Amino acid sequence: MCLSVPAKILNIEGSNAKATVGGSIINVSLQLVENIEIGDYVLVHTGFALEKIDAKTARETLAMLTSMVEENPEDMIRFIEI
Amino acid sequence: MLKYLDEYRDKDLAQNLVAQINYASKKSIRIMEVCGGHTMAIRKYGIQNLLPPTIKLLSGPGCPVCVTSRSFIDKAIAYSAMPDIIITTYGDLMRVPGTSSSLLKEKARGADVRIVVSTLDAVKIAKENPEKTVIFLGIGFETTTPPTAIAVLEASKIKLKNFLILSAHKLMPPAMAALIDEGTLIDAYIGPGHVSTIAGSKIYKPLVNQYDISVVISGFEPVDILQSIWMLVKQIESGIPSVEIQYSRAVSQEGNLKAQNLVNDVFEPCTAFWRGLGAIPKSGLKLKPEYNSFEAESLLPLEIAEKPEPKGCLCGQILKGQKIPTDCKLFGKTCTPEKPVGACMVSDEGTCAAYFKYNDY
Repeated sequence: MCLSVPAKILNIEGSNAKATVGGSIINVSLQLVENIEIGDYVLVHTGFALEKIDAKTARETLAMLTSMVEENPEDMIRFIEI
Repeated sequence: MLKYLDEYRDKDLAQNLVAQINYASKKSIRIMEVCGGHTMAIRKYGIQNLLPPTIKLLSGPGCPVCVTSRSFIDKAIAYSAMPDIIITTYGDLMRVPGTSSSLLKEKARGADVRIVVSTLDAVKIAKENPEKTVIFLGIGFETTTPPTAIAVLEASKIKLKNFLILSAHKLMPPAMAALIDEGTLIDAYIGPGHVSTIAGSKIYKPLVNQYDISVVISGFEPVDILQSIWMLVKQIESGIPSVEIQYSRAVSQEGNLKAQNLVNDVFEPCTAFWRGLGAIPKSGLKLKPEYNSFEAESLLPLEIAEKPEPKGCLCGQILKGQKIPTDCKLFGKTCTPEKPVGACMVSDEGTCAAYFKYNDY
């Protein structure tokens, strides 16, 4: 029940939106969020958008993790071999 | 955007993180996750098997279905037996055992119990059935409370007289504190992702200040969880506990202020009874006096006491991180997902269900 899914907003009518999740189209209430636009990704929980998902921070997290290996190559190799 | 989801499941990234954790972890530590979604992800991806022996993972009281008290189910069942009542609930609650029955069994016997996927569906049912009283079972933590608040405000706006809430809404930080007060040994919490999306990382600061424990709020993909564990290990090794956000694509320090304001308009804190943990002051939410006309227990009072757990069931101790499912003699024998005895086996996010589903025993 506490699981939320990312969904892409397809269209908005007032405080209601249609969004896609894994190929299905669902109704989403936008009453808990502000400044949502068509094309945004939102976290949907029990029919309500909880928050916009920030693509920029998602990319930054991944970039940081990828660069970790380059910082400590010898340590990393040692432990991956173990 | 969804391609990032794949990258958060990337094997090489995960392997790098496992190596980093192995490299950094020196002290023996106990990390508890307090979200059922994390419990399922940890078991599904076998994360516990990737960690060094210095790190022990514990599952806590993070599944809203699991911590819902038996007396709450008993009350819902008692209401369902009254004339002209429609019970509306999220599907997860249907099979949760009360003292002697479940909502699913009562529905099979003819009670009008309906599953909804949104609180607004419950309001719609009330609008369409003016001759009946519709009771919505409000359960869950900070994530599910705002939708209940919206339902109450909507019902108030259109002056619905036949829509009531039976609230078992709960707050996560008081339970996290209660576990430590009770003596469960915890060095760090993996903070719940979607509770924090609404409430913000700020809600854990008093906990860190009071108990010197570390908190990292995590996303739900394998790389998210491994990175969170790595961040916790670094905090503990440095000796400086704090609140950090790994799940920054969905969580901020302040959280969703609009949702918080809606909840504060409609609800106020109260003592709540948690399955396994007992009564915890200020850990629950009840409707404010101005919304008393939507409060089921005010309008239809019931006297139902909390009953002990079924004989042999260890859900209470499992929810506190003091036992694991395989310690329970009922686990996988008389208690299975098809025929659950305890709440931890009922919910898809329950610790026992996670152990059973992924054969981690």
